[in-house]
Amino acid sequence: MSSIDFTWLIGGPQGSGVESGANIFSRVCAEMGYQVFGKREFYSNIKGEHSYFTLRISDQKIHSTVNDVNLMVSFDAETIFRHFDEVISDGGIIYDSDLEKIKTDDVHTLDTPFKERLHKDLESKNKPFTIPGVLEIAKEKGVLLFPVSFKSILASLAEETENPRLKGLVRMFNVIGVSLSLRLVKMPPDSLQKTIDTIFAKKPATAEINQQAANYSYNYATAKFENFNHMLPGTEKEPETLLVQGHMGTALGKMACGCRFQPYYPITPASDESVYLESNELLEIIDDRPGSTVVIQTEDEICSMGMTIGGALTGTRSATCTSGPGFALMTEMLGWAGINEVPIVITNYQRSGPSTGLPTRHGQDDLLFSVYAGHGDFPKIVYASGDIEESFYDTGNCFNYADTFQVPVIHMMDKFLASSVITCKRFDAQKISIDRGKLLEKVNDGYRRFEFTDDGISPRSRLGIDNGIFWNTGDESDETGHITEDPILRVNMMDKRMSRLDLILKKIPDSEQAISFGVEDFTIISWGSAKGPIIDALEMLKKEGISIGYVQLKLLHPFPTDYVNFLLKDAKTLIDIEANYSGQLGKLFTQNIKRDIDYFILKYTGRVMTSTEIYDSLKKIIQNKANKREVLMHGA
Amino acid sequence: MALKLADFRTDVHNDWCAGCGDFGIVNAIQMALAEMGVQRDKTVMFSGIGCSGKTSHFINTYGVHTLHGRVLTFAQGAKIANPEMTVVAVGGDGDGLGIGAGHFVAAGRRNVDMTYIIFDNGVYGLTKGQASPTLRLGEQTKSLPAPNTNYNVNPIGLAVASGFTFVARGYSYDVRHLKDLIIQAVKHKGLSFLDVLQPCPTYNDINTRDWYAGTDLVDEAQKRHSRIYKLEERGFDPVVHYDSEVEINEKLSQSLIKSLEWGNKIPIGVFYKNDTISPYNVRLQDKIPNYVENSPAKQNVSKNGRSNTDISKILDSLEV
Repeated sequence: MSSIDFTWLIGGPQGSGVESGANIFSRVCAEMGYQVFGKREFYSNIKGEHSYFTLRISDQKIHSTVNDVNLMVSFDAETIFRHFDEVISDGGIIYDSDLEKIKTDDVHTLDTPFKERLHKDLESKNKPFTIPGVLEIAKEKGVLLFPVSFKSILASLAEETENPRLKGLVRMFNVIGVSLSLRLVKMPPDSLQKTIDTIFAKKPATAEINQQAANYSYNYATAKFENFNHMLPGTEKEPETLLVQGHMGTALGKMACGCRFQPYYPITPASDESVYLESNELLEIIDDRPGSTVVIQTEDEICSMGMTIGGALTGTRSATCTSGPGFALMTEMLGWAGINEVPIVITNYQRSGPSTGLPTRHGQDDLLFSVYAGHGDFPKIVYASGDIEESFYDTGNCFNYADTFQVPVIHMMDKFLASSVITCKRFDAQKISIDRGKLLEKVNDGYRRFEFTDDGISPRSRLGIDNGIFWNTGDESDETGHITEDPILRVNMMDKRMSRLDLILKKIPDSEQAISFGVEDFTIISWGSAKGPIIDALEMLKKEGISIGYVQLKLLHPFPTDYVNFLLKDAKTLIDIEANYSGQLGKLFTQNIKRDIDYFILKYTGRVMTSTEIYDSLKKIIQNKANKREVLMHGA
Repeated sequence: MALKLADFRTDVHNDWCAGCGDFGIVNAIQMALAEMGVQRDKTVMFSGIGCSGKTSHFINTYGVHTLHGRVLTFAQGAKIANPEMTVVAVGGDGDGLGIGAGHFVAAGRRNVDMTYIIFDNGVYGLTKGQASPTLRLGEQTKSLPAPNTNYNVNPIGLAVASGFTFVARGYSYDVRHLKDLIIQAVKHKGLSFLDVLQPCPTYNDINTRDWYAGTDLVDEAQKRHSRIYKLEERGFDPVVHYDSEVEINEKLSQSLIKSLEWGNKIPIGVFYKNDTISPYNVRLQDKIPNYVENSPAKQNVSKNGRSNTDISKILDSLEV
């Protein structure tokens, strides 16, 4: 039996309901037992610019999206112009027949560079610069077209339900599109009804209108649409499956592992995490009174970081969450946390830089910046999660590292992870262990915060406990925390702090430093969110009898030189895959391992890597047809 | 056992210049803490960068010497995470009103229950006397190559406009008066601000101790007139007595007008006090009912080394 692998795409102007249409569709598929992997792409804009959502659906485990789209639904012209060529033969396009007269020049949000490329393409194929023009190309390729007048559907619905208000309710277009799509793939209608009730549980009136629109469209499709080859009749549901958005992994991890204080400043794609934390600020605690996460929106990222450190000094597990531009502002304070040995966690949802860059787009741009962030030498940890499920458990680890080694920990996440929607195994909070390191509950007389000890880590007092008085300073300090400029004390203090880097490598288990998915002649090294598309690409190659190794690095600073060396000793050709211009992991790797990377597969369009394009590049490498630096370009 | 003034002193060598106004301020803080009988390990001094930044090392409570301009961010974080602490933040005028001005304004909006003291001397002492935000336009202190080209910040006015709920000014050579102001400021429920005029004997040769004392202002009878006078001695009522817009506006505007007095008559004392604005802990408690009794710092986050937080209801809602 061949497995199901189906990709659905919905697009439209930002603010027009693409998001909620996508939510409904994802949930219906997940409820029907499928694994889903969805990604959101959007402009830095509130309303009007093009946004789209790609959802891959399978009865197998999936970790990425692919290039090919099987069914596209659009209620605006721009989506058709931008995505028509992604739909493959025997796929389908459901589109609004009222758009048939639209020319490319009528769509003001089509930017010039894109329009020029499209015009060139249409010209070469001798097609007009219109919706019928692009649809003809699709049709010639073997794509089935399903024209529907969304307006007439609304009008008929208004008549049938004797609710004239419905006639102008264009925000129902999304549910109409979803319902038409579901009928086309023969998804039973009750799953959609159930999902609408769940999603609009708090708004019964909205739920009712949506139900009416959904039913009407479903029946409309039954009557009007011809047969479609792809079917999603439902499959057996895996027990304990969650449907989660990317930012929930670290947020739920923070709740579970006892992070009780998170100051933050709004920035895409990081703030969803803080908003979610605040929305769930009241916590249930086992065998204890209720707890809470205090989330503070500050005036800037500098204040977020200062407050986070202030919170940590009270012994509270404290974190902030930001992206590149915000993290850049925090770096002076990162050094303060370093010299004062303050355990904090910075969750760094990277995006495309430099500067404002592509503010709503993906990039693993800040690895080297994070490793080297701050002036002067001080110990820190840079740790990267490869997927959303990992990010839940890694968050717990990051706080344990911070407490154990009394260092700031930078937890690397990114836009790809933040705006993915996936099904995964239910998180198990009981798997999160909590280790506060040398945090003191009681202090004896004669306490010195920065006392020299055998392992280089001093017992840690906190603000407000008896006898626990200490001093902190950003200056070099003596054991009590008072300023010193003594050259010998300086060296001793510096050595004490920096000795922690070795201790970190010694104490963090290998399995948390890097993960080997097998090592072959050709072996990939990578970090962070490239994991999903890599795993799926390797699976595709395996089906063709091609085995490629993959080592995922999680601990990036201090660099686990010994363990990575050990893992890669049998690899002959190294391929670095990451979403940035310069191959930052490759640089870090070569610097530490003294070994060159043979091939780079890089993407810096700001769009997420698909498994298809990684598969294609890997194949070129094996066939010896690749450039040393393969640059991926897929995605609108 | 009651603590004595000496208990609030550390034996850290103080390297401020002889005659520095900062000595008076640190003495006044120590005297205030001793008089209030605060617990040393329930009190924390935060300081910024510059000469005044060293203050936290001279006071025998928890002491956190932070970064230039950022002292309020650290201090607010600590106070919000552990509302039991008595928190006093100090810094220079360059620190708080130059690089840190954004935090100053934002802190006013929050009204966290703590005290902020600015050591206001018109110059950046530790970097050899450049003009600070409170130096007046056109003034040229000793080490400036040319007269100051910037207009001055009005610390009292800025504090009142930003939402600080206790705003006062002291003078570092009137230590007893300053001590009383500090006590009032610390006891105030909300964010209190103290602008302390503090002559820098090394770099500010305009606003000197003699200048404040008015040695240059001699009347016909050859009598000296101190420039400094006390608001409370002139019947100035800074207190917002009831929660009405008219009352608040009146007290706000009179403090603003008063804050503009400079030159031959410089007021010190309390400019503004408003207890009708809720402090931040009350605002948090409206969202989190047991915030104060079970603050972030108090919460127990593990049981037998495992997570004790029950997130199952949230997970249930995400399950399909």
